[in-house]
Amino acid sequence: MGEALMTLENAVRANGDLKLVAYMMAGHPNKKKSIEVGKRLAGSGVAALEIGIPFSDPLADGPVIQRAGQVALENGMTVAGALEVAAAIAGEGVPIVLMTYINPILSHDPRRFAAEAAQAGVAGVIVPDLPVEESEPVAGWLRAASLDTIFMVAPTTAEDRAESICERSSGFVYCVTVTGITGARKELPEGMKELFALVRRHTSLPVAAGFGISRPEHMKAMRGVADAAVVGSAIVDDIDKGKDPVVLVKELLKACR
Amino acid sequence: MGKKRVIAETGAGQHGVAAATVAAKFGLQCTVYMGTEDMRRQSMNVRRMRLLGAEVVEVTSGTKTLKDATSEAIRDWVTNVRTTHYIIGSVVGPHPYPEMVRDLQRVIGDEAREQYLSVDGKLPDVVVACVGGGSNAIGIFTAFLDDKEVVLIGVEAAGKGVKTGQHAASLVGGRPGVLHGSYSYLLQDGDGQVMPTHSISAGLDYPGVGPEHSYLHDTKRVEYVAVTDQDALAAFKLCTRLEGIMPALEPAHALFHAGELAREMGPGGRLLVCLSGRGDKDMDSVEIPAKSEASP
Repeated sequence: MGEALMTLENAVRANGDLKLVAYMMAGHPNKKKSIEVGKRLAGSGVAALEIGIPFSDPLADGPVIQRAGQVALENGMTVAGALEVAAAIAGEGVPIVLMTYINPILSHDPRRFAAEAAQAGVAGVIVPDLPVEESEPVAGWLRAASLDTIFMVAPTTAEDRAESICERSSGFVYCVTVTGITGARKELPEGMKELFALVRRHTSLPVAAGFGISRPEHMKAMRGVADAAVVGSAIVDDIDKGKDPVVLVKELLKACR
Repeated sequence: MGKKRVIAETGAGQHGVAAATVAAKFGLQCTVYMGTEDMRRQSMNVRRMRLLGAEVVEVTSGTKTLKDATSEAIRDWVTNVRTTHYIIGSVVGPHPYPEMVRDLQRVIGDEAREQYLSVDGKLPDVVVACVGGGSNAIGIFTAFLDDKEVVLIGVEAAGKGVKTGQHAASLVGGRPGVLHGSYSYLLQDGDGQVMPTHSISAGLDYPGVGPEHSYLHDTKRVEYVAVTDQDALAAFKLCTRLEGIMPALEPAHALFHAGELAREMGPGGRLLVCLSGRGDKDMDSVEIPAKSEASP
């Protein structure tokens, strides 16, 4: 404790154990409580924390995260508010990654957004609806502010696109494990190992698995395959029900070793 | 593509019925997403889709209209992309949909231009169409884009009035943003959140607009105006009485503006309007007087 913040890349790289990345929605159930729960998650042993910025039309999200975004918006969360939430949690020392759709960034002005995110102590940004082909100049502003740009590969991604996605990524590459939207699944689909092998042909960055991950069995399946596993809906669901998400995090962390 | 299932979103229900029809013809499974509010006000089309064998999924999220139905359709598509093709109902969505839908809809303008020339020997002075997502408008405009003397006018939904904020006029009242995979004029608040819209017509009740319309707006090839619910209703009734044609509420917006233009242009003016649908589906939305009204 007390050392300089570990880079996102180092934090997320597996070191024998699988790393766990948690996701939460800024402003869910309200700004104050989301800061409290974020700080708890930051101290729970996660390698990094993703903070979602709510958007009216979250195309990549299933009902749990859609609902969390809706509640956050109804309670007045904004881009500026989400950056304040991130800044408050970044103080805990765990790398913070913002997850946001592209329109709030465009509306805020990408250059301003990048500067303010860096100012808030954010390490990187994921924009699920920003294809690599369209990513400049937004990615340029993020890089200029020393923010990592994390892009996503899906099971349906062709190899040549996977190559350019990996090339443009920094921090880590996000490997979406399911064909679909966020939401806890009972089983993860077949073909995961092949997807990871494909991605690792094109990058030496750590590779994180996300979407659908919620159970200890999932963590065991990921060990030795992914560097890190992102857990989103399962945590958001606990927060929504007023349960302490750290309980689930601790259980999953055990399965990471 | 080897896919056995198609999905679609629909506002007025016309595109949903079209998707259900083609699915029935080719023996494909069909699921149509429709907002709760639209299912209520266009219930006749819901019945038609179900009779054709399609599954109509009620979308209860967000504003319960076309925008939300589109978001749900996209979610289904990304989940089922290996088995399912998404038939988008307008010139919106990710590339290449806006281009593809335009290329299919341009038959409207191609045939209209040919017919107009054969009847009149000259091109129209003005072409008018209503704009929701923008497919019927792009459909009729495309053939005339290179005819520089032909004025093109798109009519959006002003709802209760653009100044009230309760409207769906993306080009007249919005600014550029990304919705459903394309960068185009969008009704959004100061923080980039997509605004709820209002229009009496389900097919125009959408906060975005096709990106080609945004381009035509910015290059000034097409002029965009907006017509209120009230004025669209008046045109609905007038067209019914004068022509014996009950227009859908969507093109009633274009018809109202056409009436204004006709007054300006005077006799001899050449005006072409795209009457993009029938009003049978709107019978429940249009207040029918208890006694028949006096002739205009």
